Amino acid sequence: MPNMSKEKVKMPEQDPQVRNKNFEEVALGYTKEMAMEEATRCLNCKKPFCMDGCPVNVPIPRFIQEVAKGDFDKAFDIITEENALPAICGRVCPQENQCEGKCVRGRAKGSESVAIGRLERFVADYHRDHGKKDESKIVKNGKKVAVVGSGPSGISCAGELAKRGYDVKVFEALHKTGGVLSYGIPEFRLPKALVQYEIDTVADMGVDFETNVVVGRTITVDELEEEGFDAIFVGSGAGLPRFQGIPGENLNGVYSANEFLTRVNLMKGYMFPDRPTPVKVTNTVCVVGAGNVAMDAARTAKRLGAENVYIVYRRSEEEAPARKEEIHHAKEEGIIFKFLTNPIEVKGEDGWVKSLVCQEMELGEPDESGRRRPVPVEGKTFEIETGTFIVAIGQSPNPLIRQTTPGLDTQKWGGIIVNEETNETSRENVYAGGDAVTGAATVILAMGAGKKAAQAIDEKLSKK
Amino acid sequence: MYEVKRKVILNDAAFEMDVYAPLVAKKCEPGQFIIARVGEDGERIPLTIGDYDPEKGTVTIVVQAVGFSTKQMLKLEEGDCFTDFVGPLGVPTKLNPEHKHVIGVAGGIGSAPVYPQLKKLAEMGCNVDVIIGGREKQYVLWAEKFEKFCDHVYIATDNGEVGTKGFVTDVLQKLIDDGEKFDEVIAIGPVIMMKNVVRVTKPYNIPTSVSLNPIMVDGTGMCGCCRVTVDGKIKFACVDGPDFDGLTVDFDELMARQRMFKEEEHHVNENADRICNLMRGVE
Ligand SMILES: Cc1cc2nc3c(=O)[nH]c(=O)nc-3n(C[C@H](O)[C@H](O)[C@H](O)COP(=O)(O)OP(=O)(O)OC[C@H]3O[C@@H](n4cnc5c(N)ncnc54)[C@H](O)[C@@H]3O)c2cc1C
Ligand SMILES: Cc1cc2nc3c(=O)[nH]c(=O)nc-3n(C[C@H](O)[C@H](O)[C@H](O)COP(=O)(O)OP(=O)(O)OC[C@H]3O[C@@H](n4cnc5c(N)ncnc54)[C@H](O)[C@@H]3O)c2cc1C
Ligand code: SF4
Ligand code: SF4
Ligand code: FES
Repeated sequence: MPNMSKEKVKMPEQDPQVRNKNFEEVALGYTKEMAMEEATRCLNCKKPFCMDGCPVNVPIPRFIQEVAKGDFDKAFDIITEENALPAICGRVCPQENQCEGKCVRGRAKGSESVAIGRLERFVADYHRDHGKKDESKIVKNGKKVAVVGSGPSGISCAGELAKRGYDVKVFEALHKTGGVLSYGIPEFRLPKALVQYEIDTVADMGVDFETNVVVGRTITVDELEEEGFDAIFVGSGAGLPRFQGIPGENLNGVYSANEFLTRVNLMKGYMFPDRPTPVKVTNTVCVVGAGNVAMDAARTAKRLGAENVYIVYRRSEEEAPARKEEIHHAKEEGIIFKFLTNPIEVKGEDGWVKSLVCQEMELGEPDESGRRRPVPVEGKTFEIETGTFIVAIGQSPNPLIRQTTPGLDTQKWGGIIVNEETNETSRENVYAGGDAVTGAATVILAMGAGKKAAQAIDEKLSKK
Repeated sequence: MYEVKRKVILNDAAFEMDVYAPLVAKKCEPGQFIIARVGEDGERIPLTIGDYDPEKGTVTIVVQAVGFSTKQMLKLEEGDCFTDFVGPLGVPTKLNPEHKHVIGVAGGIGSAPVYPQLKKLAEMGCNVDVIIGGREKQYVLWAEKFEKFCDHVYIATDNGEVGTKGFVTDVLQKLIDDGEKFDEVIAIGPVIMMKNVVRVTKPYNIPTSVSLNPIMVDGTGMCGCCRVTVDGKIKFACVDGPDFDGLTVDFDELMARQRMFKEEEHHVNENADRICNLMRGVE
């Protein structure tokens, strides 16, 4: 008889008023008992809708049945048939729009879906602490593949190919691997030790990581081919931060979210001055945008000591693209939300930000995306006194690889064009995936693309 | 590893190093830069490529030890290694083959970035001159290197110890007044110097190339920290530059933005020894 409790088993979390002053992980994870109890809420549906919601088709009911039985090793093997990075996806997937959004248990009013993400996270963490390292021997096939970028798309492509016997070399522009997982998503949401563990696992399969190589500058795609790489996968991510183009954006105290988070995460600015890369916040901080990036920036600013942190967003809460859990956590931590509010000017004094001028908005007619378009409310503006303004309104692709790779077709907005079946680009044997193709999206979609490309590369090269 | 193959102290503030980085040495072109780090948690520090030797696999940098991280670099001896050394970054300088007569203006360590640009122009058959400036004699760098291919090497020092007493801009103004015709001026040095060179060249509409040095983090176009305003538009110096048309650069904004972390830099400098120990895990 399944457990018919309407609510998910709660996951222990650090107290909001404690955690908003430290960088340790917010959610503490299930215990064995909690996981087994939550697993019994799954109905093991004949037609598991949950799987339709998962971009990589994790065999959700199968793994959950094993969790219920307490066979966590088996559960791990089942998840990793489809998903190489469950510890990460369990933490950062927007489950409410994906697997959990489709779960039948969540359909009845007042009833919550099965906590698929939390279970996935539990299984992965348990395996890391207790499981045996996979000792299976890889038979090399003598073929070489180069991967550009060590974000989730690059890591999953590399791991998948290594398993199949390819010699894989990953080239990363920064001094550290992991892409957004390392420089973007903060420690309190995704511990860096965990990211490193996943990368080490891929390295243990024989994948070679070379940092400090900017493809397009240090070496070009053409030169990689000349060096004998049989195929190349480009997973170079979303790239250049966008700004709104309003007056005052170059004043001191204005950051892109990428800069702010990179200083804190990659360069360990949260330990400044014990680490030399500085980051500065003032007593009041305003962040524009309402995606995961904006939540991360706001919650990071709070942890660095800002008293009043505002999130300013021109649409309403319903349209906010961030994971629901992040918005919830941000509110608990004391972040102040100003919905239907659009920044129109940053005012300064002596070169420094002094205040943010905001325009009140209301929802008008639906636009092309089907969302109701925010329109200004005539004459209603107000000012927030602030010394820091963080811009988190998205990115556009970095043009470097496009500009230095002849024959590589891209969309008008810069995204690399690929064949949807194979992820191959207009250049033969050059594949691409992740944010470089889709624009800023999600970890799981990037991983899915890396894996799909690996399969297509294998299919093509094994025919040769 | 990125080994220091040669180190020379140039004066009481600056030093020169050849660093083993074969991939960079093979690819770099005038106008480009690298980013270097010392230590596991070290800052990412952008430095212009002064010279390069693809055969030996080395890149020459000239560094002014102004703060914590550049002083860390100064501590490296021959045989020691940089933790990271990535490049070449930025767009190579567009050197116009039509140009017949170009003058470089180098302030302090600006000699290093000006050098490869003028050298390449000379190789392309252009007549090149250079004005090198420094507060006093010890800060006038690389005069002998320039002499190998420059028709004229002018020197200006604040105290008149060598060359003309005064600023590089005084020398440039005089040359223009004397009827010298330049197809282009390439000015690299402190921002205030570049701004003043443009003040000289603008009335004559002489194309003036400058190399901008805003604060950077990644240097790959990801963070947007290095944004500068050129011709009224936002540009990212690390991917759109660092060379820009000096006549349209907003120098005042650049100078203001360079002060973003003044207090923090000061604090780090004051506590340099303690931080070094922490980073090495001594405490
Ligand atoms: C702050 C923040 C929070 C986020 N939160 C979430 C979340 O909660 N859930 C979620 O699903 N998604 C989230 N995302 C989005 C998610 O992280 C991205 O969609 C995902 O990382 C994309 O993966 P990728 O492999 O395509 O690129 P990236 O992770 O961007 O990795 C690209 C890598 O390539 C390197 N590179 C770029 N150009 C070159 C070159 N020329 N040569 C060599 N290397 C190069 C880069 O340095 C980088 O390491 C978040 C993003 C950010 C910024
Ligand atoms: C494209 C480019 C090329 C450069 N080339 C050279 C060169 O060839 N030789 C040389 O000596 N210097 C060069 N610089 C400047 C050099 O990077 C800074 O002097 C150095 O970062 C100072 O670091 P610090 O910790 O020693 O000093 P700090 O005390 O931290 O800072 C001193 C000053 O340097 C600037 N600065 C600080 N951090 C950075 C940073 N991450 N990026 C850029 N500027 C910063 C600030 O404006 C500050 O006022 C270049 C900068 C750029 C952007
Ligand atoms: S990978 Fe993401 S979407 Fe798929 S089951 Fe796991 S948490 Fe859900
Ligand atoms: S839809 Fe929900 S209840 Fe059904 S199998 Fe999936 S997780 Fe279990
Ligand atoms: S330094 Fe980060 S975008 Fe230029």
